[in-house]
Formats: sequence, structure tokens, C-alpha cells
Amino acid sequence: MSFDVPEDRRYLESHEWALETESTVRVGISEFAQDELGDVVFVEFPEVGQGVTGEEAFGVVESIKAVSDLYAPVSGEVVAVNDDLHDAPELVNDDPFGDGWMIEIDPDDGSELEGLLSAEEYEAQIV
Amino acid sequence: MPLETPPLRGLHDEYGAKFTEFGGWDMPVEFDSIREEHEAVREGVGIFDVSHMGQIHVTGPDATTLMNRLTTNDVGRLEVGDSQYAAITDEEGIVLDDTIVYRLPDHQEQPTYLFVPNAGNDEWTHERWVEHKNEWGLEATVDNRTDEYAMFALQGPEAVSLAADVAEAGLSDRRRFESGHTTVAGVECLAARTGYTGEDGFEFLVPWDAAETVWSAVDCQPCGLGARDTLRIEAGLLLAGQDFDPEDDPRTPYEAGIGFVVSLETEFVGRDALERVDAEGVEERLVGIQLIDRGVPRHGYDVTNADGRVIGTVTSGTMSPTLGKPIGFAYVPVEYAEPGTTLRVVVRGQSKKARVETIPFIETV
Repeated sequence: MSFDVPEDRRYLESHEWALETESTVRVGISEFAQDELGDVVFVEFPEVGQGVTGEEAFGVVESIKAVSDLYAPVSGEVVAVNDDLHDAPELVNDDPFGDGWMIEIDPDDGSELEGLLSAEEYEAQIV
Repeated sequence: MPLETPPLRGLHDEYGAKFTEFGGWDMPVEFDSIREEHEAVREGVGIFDVSHMGQIHVTGPDATTLMNRLTTNDVGRLEVGDSQYAAITDEEGIVLDDTIVYRLPDHQEQPTYLFVPNAGNDEWTHERWVEHKNEWGLEATVDNRTDEYAMFALQGPEAVSLAADVAEAGLSDRRRFESGHTTVAGVECLAARTGYTGEDGFEFLVPWDAAETVWSAVDCQPCGLGARDTLRIEAGLLLAGQDFDPEDDPRTPYEAGIGFVVSLETEFVGRDALERVDAEGVEERLVGIQLIDRGVPRHGYDVTNADGRVIGTVTSGTMSPTLGKPIGFAYVPVEYAEPGTTLRVVVRGQSKKARVETIPFIETV
């Protein structure tokens, strides 16, 4: 099976994606990751205003069969969270790169993103 | 140790199923999505490959006595074609495994049984039967036939009519827990009106080599162990090694909520201990729980009272696909076991409000 890996963003080995917007970094998990997890039933992440640290766990995604930590791609402050996931966690399965996003971070250091995997590098990892 | 593989490992892999290790077997956990598979079984019909389940065959003049002495239920009540749920207990009355005992047609005019221990428990149950048979000087033959049979479970409100369509004997006339031979796509198999989902349906024992013929003859949603788990939790059914475990969480049938399988009128290993437990009552027992706060209860999570004192442990838990609510089982002291009692479950260090519920969580057959 092949999975979509959009080239407009960067990735962590732990299957999170990071998309640079005008002033924030939006974070979610890849199509491959949601497929591995199966039906997502619960997502837990910090509240707006809390800090996260690059490459450290910031939350949890639970499917029916598994619990998995979520890792932050960059350090910074959480400026938005996807509240829709509380009532509709299946958005993570249905649209992992779009409506299934999880948090937005105002990064401490904009260049931190460059250290992450490119789409090509990430794709090589999940083949 | 290499994993045992079910006969249809390759076929399931071609389908695109995901696999998991379970009881020493490499089994399909998910064919499409646990939610879809779960819904198919609750609303229509689904088929499970449960070839990891054990099959121990017991026959001979003393087969009934041997079965009666090693399982808690009253095997003497079984006529040919009947089956019953039972526990296998040790001298202390601790549940070692739970099983279904089938009375098969007599073999060479001798009473004959098949019992189905859980995955990975076939070898030691076989040894246990052989050792006790020898110790007690009973005349019976005990065979481990786990590698001779595939086992498929056809489950759901439409399962009986689908089974009747594909099989050549009049399956829809069978009672719950009734078993007998039938033919599916020319393959002779044993069909029992049993299951592990809370729904109606049949379980088929199929010769290993003919597994694909039978599986392919039944056209419905294939389901993995993931859906089997969510279905059995909703139905209030126990999972060996998780809801009771002779090593890590030793429990009597009374604590585990399956006291109905204990027939104290029969002589069996563990009977005297269980008679005392029955008379004195239990200190803890298995209850259903539902999380009121957001979160999912999982095996091993602490259960506390309102003051935060740890009083028990979650043994099974999931997000119920049918109810859309986080549910599970836990052992708690009996004073906390009343439905409606407020408890707390510790999820990753956070205390979440929970409530004791009656099980099963859904209506079952």
C-alpha cells in the first residue's frame, strides 16, 4: 500500500508532520501513522498558551487498539488546537493532512524546522 | 520461539490484513477497520478466523468423569450435541482458563468430548488431562488436535441465515450451544451455535487443509482480533490472561463474575476451595466501568476511590464502537461494586471520573 506524503511540509521519524504557515507551525500525523493506528478514538494535547519542546512528547493519540505519544517537531508556544477532534477524532483518519491537524505552535526558532525530514526522506522511511 | 501461523495467513495477508501476536500465534487483528468490522457484526454479519483457539479431543469409557473432574461445570448434563461454558480451576479454585466443552457424537460407543482452551493453552491443558487421567487411573484417550482444525466464527444478527445458506444441514434449527456436523462447500465440519461477540451465530471447526475452501464459501466482512475484543468487552465476556491470569491476577470464578459455571454438586479440582468461597463470599469482584471524563480505560490502569486511594485495576478497556463511550472491566472491593458507584481511573497520571455499570453493556443473545 502506498501513502500520501505531501511535499509542502516536513516530518518526524515518529510520523508527525509540520507545516509552516505564515506565523505558526501546524502539526498532525501522517497518513501512514493513522493507518497503522487504525480508528482514532481520542486525542489529548496541551491547551493554548502552554509550551512544547522539540522532539518531546506533547500529547497522545489513541486508537481502539493502541496508545501512541505525539512528538513536537519544534519548540514553542501552543497558539491553537483543533477542538474539532474532541468530538470527531475520526478526522485524524479521514483527513490526516488537513482537517485532522492537531496543534499550531509559535516556534521559538524558525530554523528548527529545517532539521526535520523532507517528504522524500520520510517516504523512504515508510516504504 | 517462532509464531504459529493459521492456515490462511497468506490469504489474509493478500487481503491486506494487519497482524498481531496473540497467544503465540500470528493472527489478523484488522482486515479493514475495527469500527467497520465491529459494526458489521452488530448490524449484519462478520467472519473471524480464530484458528489460534485450541482443540482437545477426549474419548473413552471414563471421558465424562475426566471432563467433570477437570472443569467446573456439570459435564454429566451434556447430551450429544450440547455444549457448555466452563472454567478450568486449580486446587485453590483459581481460574486457569475458560473453555467451551462440546459433547460430540459417541466414538466407538464411548462418550466423546471436544473442549476449546484459549490460544496458547492447548499444550498445558492437554498435559493436565493426560496427567490426571493417569493419576486417577481413568480410561480415556486425550488428543491435542489444535493443529488439525481451523476455526471460524460467523457472528451477527444475519449470521444464522448466512450459515444456513452455505451449510448443508439445517443449521437454523439448532439451539444456542447446540453443535453437530455439517457440510460447507463439500467440506465436513463441526458447527456450534456459540460465539464470543454477544451476537447470534456459529463457530465452525474445519479440517486445517480445507480451511480456504470454507472461508471462501462465506461471503461477508472478514473481522480481526481487534473487533473481536471490542465486541466481547461490550458483551461482558472475559479474556483469559487479561481479565484473569493465574500468575499475575489469580481469580476465582466467583470473583470473575462467572460463578454460574461452577457446579458444586460435581467433584472437580478446586471444588472444595470454591465451596468455601461460595459460602464466605468474595472480597473483590469484576465490574463494568464507564469513564465519565474523556479518556480510554486500558489494561493495568489503577482504579481509585473518590479520595484517590487505589482500590483496584482495570483488566480490559476500550472505546465502545456501539455506545461511543469508554468502557471496561475492573476488579474492585465488593463495597464499590454496586452499579452507579462513582470511582476514578488513573489515565497517564490523571484521575478520571468513572462509574460502575452493569455488564453486559449491550443486549446480548
